Amino acid sequence: MAHDTHDIHRSRTEFEFIKRKRATEMRGQLTSFAMMIFLTLIAFTLVAADFSNYLIVPIILLLAAVQVVLQLYNFMHMSNKGHGMMAFFMFSGIFVAFTIVLAMVTIVWW
Amino acid sequence: MDLNKRYTPQTWPDHPETATLEGKNKFVGFWLLLAAETVTFASLFATYLALKDKGPSGMEFSASGLFELPLVFAMTMILLTSSLTSVYAMYHMKNHNFKAMQAWLGITVLLGLAFLGLEIYEFNHYVHLGFGYTNSAFSSAFYTLVGTHGAHVVFGLSWFIALMLRNAKRGLNMYNAPKFYLAALYWHFIDVVWVFIFTVVYLMGVIG
Repeated sequence: MAHDTHDIHRSRTEFEFIKRKRATEMRGQLTSFAMMIFLTLIAFTLVAADFSNYLIVPIILLLAAVQVVLQLYNFMHMSNKGHGMMAFFMFSGIFVAFTIVLAMVTIVWW
Repeated sequence: MDLNKRYTPQTWPDHPETATLEGKNKFVGFWLLLAAETVTFASLFATYLALKDKGPSGMEFSASGLFELPLVFAMTMILLTSSLTSVYAMYHMKNHNFKAMQAWLGITVLLGLAFLGLEIYEFNHYVHLGFGYTNSAFSSAFYTLVGTHGAHVVFGLSWFIALMLRNAKRGLNMYNAPKFYLAALYWHFIDVVWVFIFTVVYLMGVIG
């Protein structure tokens, strides 16, 4: 019951089409991966190059945010159809996450 | 319908992970878990940020003196690559190529083990320097945050291995496709958390 699906009967053309579509998507994933590696390299280089902290901190946080967006939307397929509820869950979680971090770094002192 | 119904690449649905009601339920529930995990890690990050470099007077350890970038860089690259190999595994899952999926999952597990080995080496090294869990508020916050992530890696690896062994002779069907898909999602989430750990703990730690 819970595992019921409709049987799919694809024509040869449909099958070839969907296979090719997946292969194109996979190439897109490789591009995301290359970008993530690149962003990581920039972050490590900035720190190794010893720029001012006021410059480095916002930039590496931004690079991390971009990388996470790539992970969520490409690797975890949040850009695909039917992920509206998932986006709502994640953004609610991220909102609470920000509030916690903001509260702890501004209210707690030693 | 029989759970173990055989499929071919031609009859395999486009989105096997959500093709059944059970798959859909797992999918929604799992994303809810990931959102909750985001909050869990946020509280650990917030604790770490509040307690960074804090401890008893005369404490000899600080983030800028302790962390070394080459090791962290290697760990980051290994985990990022393992995230890509699990994308490859799910690509083959969607093409109903069970052997290729198992092979890529195997590579993912090996990379995960390499990451774990480096993390154990790192913690062991710090403890030998005298930077134990009870050394300071800083050390407790550090080990709790990075250790919780490490525990997630252990769980993710066990999950992959259990799925690979349990389904080795079954092949792909509607029963196990959602399971593989969710394990891969979990693995990506582990990498998402690591991106913030290497940025907030290590990079921002080294620059002081």
